[in-house]
Amino acid sequence: MTRLTRRSFLGQAAGALTISLVLPSMSRAQELRRLTPAEIKEVAATPNAFLRINADSSVMVICKHIEFGQGTSSGLAALAAEELDADWAQVRVESAPANAQLYANLNMGQQGTGGSSGIANSFYQMRKAGAAARAMLVAAAAEAWGVPAAEITVEKGVIRHPASERSAGFGQFAEAASAQPFPEQPALKEPSQFTLIGTDLQRLDAVAKSSGQTTYSIDVTREGLVHSAILHPPVFGARLTSLDDQAALKIADVLAIHEVPQGIAVIARTRHAALAGVAGLRAEWDHAGAETRSTDEMYRDYARAAQEPGADVETVGRGAQGLDAAVQVIEAEYRFPFLAHAPMEPMGAVADVTPERAEIFMASQLVTRDLTEITKVLGLPPEAITLNIMSAGGSFGRLGTPDAEFAAEVAGIAQAWGKGPVKHLWTRENDLRAGRYRPMSLHRLRGGLDADGNIVGWDQVIAIQSFLDGTAFGGGVRNGIDRSATEGGTGLPYAIANRHVGLHLMRNGVPANFWRSVGSSHNVYVVETFLDLLLAQSKKDPVQARLDLLAEDQSRLRAVLLKVAEMADWQGGVQRGDRALGVAMATCFRSHVAEIAEVSRGPDGLPRVHKVWAAIDCGLAINPDQIRSQIEGGIGFALGAALHDEVTLAEGGVVEQSNFDTYPSLRIHEMPEVEVAIIPSTVDPTGTGEPGVPPLAPAVANAWRALTGTPIQTLPFRRGVRA
Amino acid sequence: MAVSFDLNGRPVRFDGDPETALLWVIRDHMGLTGTKFGCGAAQCGACTVHLDGATRRSCITQVGDIDGASITTIEGLDGPVAEALRAAWVRLNVPQCGYCQSGQIMSAAALLVEVTSPTDEDINNAMSGNICRCATYVRIRKAIHQAAEAVTK
Repeated sequence: MTRLTRRSFLGQAAGALTISLVLPSMSRAQELRRLTPAEIKEVAATPNAFLRINADSSVMVICKHIEFGQGTSSGLAALAAEELDADWAQVRVESAPANAQLYANLNMGQQGTGGSSGIANSFYQMRKAGAAARAMLVAAAAEAWGVPAAEITVEKGVIRHPASERSAGFGQFAEAASAQPFPEQPALKEPSQFTLIGTDLQRLDAVAKSSGQTTYSIDVTREGLVHSAILHPPVFGARLTSLDDQAALKIADVLAIHEVPQGIAVIARTRHAALAGVAGLRAEWDHAGAETRSTDEMYRDYARAAQEPGADVETVGRGAQGLDAAVQVIEAEYRFPFLAHAPMEPMGAVADVTPERAEIFMASQLVTRDLTEITKVLGLPPEAITLNIMSAGGSFGRLGTPDAEFAAEVAGIAQAWGKGPVKHLWTRENDLRAGRYRPMSLHRLRGGLDADGNIVGWDQVIAIQSFLDGTAFGGGVRNGIDRSATEGGTGLPYAIANRHVGLHLMRNGVPANFWRSVGSSHNVYVVETFLDLLLAQSKKDPVQARLDLLAEDQSRLRAVLLKVAEMADWQGGVQRGDRALGVAMATCFRSHVAEIAEVSRGPDGLPRVHKVWAAIDCGLAINPDQIRSQIEGGIGFALGAALHDEVTLAEGGVVEQSNFDTYPSLRIHEMPEVEVAIIPSTVDPTGTGEPGVPPLAPAVANAWRALTGTPIQTLPFRRGVRA
Repeated sequence: MAVSFDLNGRPVRFDGDPETALLWVIRDHMGLTGTKFGCGAAQCGACTVHLDGATRRSCITQVGDIDGASITTIEGLDGPVAEALRAAWVRLNVPQCGYCQSGQIMSAAALLVEVTSPTDEDINNAMSGNICRCATYVRIRKAIHQAAEAVTK
């Protein structure tokens, strides 16, 4: 690792101004930890290199977060460009390399993207980088023109001294600026001074992505590149006992077969031969110690566990004892399946490993974690490894694995081959059958009503596995409580006097993982549909009753709920001819979202969603068009999963799904109209990648219950709708 | 036996296994990577190209079966329809991750050549074979309508 000292570093690359923020020295332990929002604002904390101003006046922003569709790279560029007073047309963006010292997510304490934190943790950092560059350009111009810096203006990429009628582009002073002193805490604009932030900006990757020109991991090529495909064990945890690879090795263009801890890799001159090679492998596996239960059996185990209160995650008031005062107790059991992420780009990477060094091109959400795992597998020091972070064809959490299993697989295969670059690529079948799913869960709910229909007790018991326990992120699990499993179910915004949330962390051999909105993907569904059910017992209006129940300090949720009700013209009633409306809301990663879905019974007997209205408060809107885009996409992603998707294991533990025919994705004819409102705000921004997801499925289910009288408590809907 | 075909108006020759999927020939042998692999089973449409002007899933098309054909990929898609689609895609910021968008545009282009002013139903029929996991469908629909308008104007 580079040793960092207090200095203002200015790297020069042929006439370019490279600005690196290097801040007061701190111990590494101090640097690489999570910072609070207040600390993030003050960050002079982590050294970063974010900008390069070229001689042609183009501004290259270096993005420390992966671009996997959420528009984060354009957002971070906008933050820097705003303070730099650049013209949006001169701004470009590229991905930062793996380097946690420079590019840590301040919210995570390591380099990584997740928790909808990209914009939130970069809001001050990127603006300071832009403001510092602007100050240095101005200082250089002042020196050259012999005028006071205070008389110089910068607007849309033009440096100007009005009094002497002189002007210049950034490129003209890029080199001279690099010799100027570096302001560590440059003055930042007030929100009223923003010219780019808050406007609908063109995504910087829109042209390339609309013409097939973006380079993803799968597109990387190298001289002498060979192709690798893999056979994974047929059930999770099975061990290879014997392998007959003679047939595979006889296939033309197959070069080698390598056993790695994750499976058996076939190396070939062509993709065609690599795939044929995998099909030709004859492997025997030992299933002792493997996960051989079916998901039906797992649900039975989970249901049994959920009869007991579990670890005490949260007790408010008298907790579950509040139910004792109820005149009516409603009970429900909810079931949520394993869900694959199925990003359009299957897992893939290009890796070139020699005994001394390695270069890897891959997409990664948890960059530091992946790099650490690669160093372990290869036995090389981090400085011998170049990890290039590629744009990803989607992720939804799939590229952020605490156990870094794919990085390890790639590194192991490339090292075993050892004769040059390897393109390792999964098939869709690999993807859907390799685990790292959203964990399945079962929830037991009890809600108590008094004679007036008030909720006097609420008890949620969750049975779910932890995907953090036993990994490098195991510190997130304490006293049997994994907050990623309970988020969305705890700290409810509703003033319910007596409430309890219990948790059973279940043993499960199916590897699980983060999935867009994580715990909120199931807990918000439970909370928002069970609440609706309780409210319906006393014939309360779902919107008005929520407003009545919202705690005093929930003004932002109140505002999004009022807004979405106005947009959908919610008028107390829920039935509109053959359609009904349903509402749900959530706070997810500190953003607040309410959604209303308009639903009818489709020809297939499933909910048909015609329109969704959404209101979001994510603080200051950086690029409103991209916020709308994320909410639209989050709604479609959530709807596809809710309608169709589940990963199930048959008896013996074999995954029953294999491709998009058995794991359907939402398609265009199922996509509802979407209308999004953004609540105006000058509060520091929070995320938008995930918060649109949690309210969608419960809003649809609430509409369905209003329409049919039947609650849906087992997902996906195609399983849970009892016709 | 070598296979010969036109790729974006240029004659090309492939000497490898004729059972190789056209997708890998285009990507790995011809070096045009705009056409994507998504499922290998004609389920997702990411690999969509035009074969003699009609959409074709290159992931299940054996190259040996297309001898003498004319193949167009996203890199070779041109003309007023293509320009209008690309402009609308960019203007509306359609792509998120972008991975499926080559296939989406290839399907949309074939639609607009066939139906100059498509209805929502026409769009559903022509585009439901193309999955977008980011669910950019609202904007895809709007972009196709806008492109259609631009071309017919």
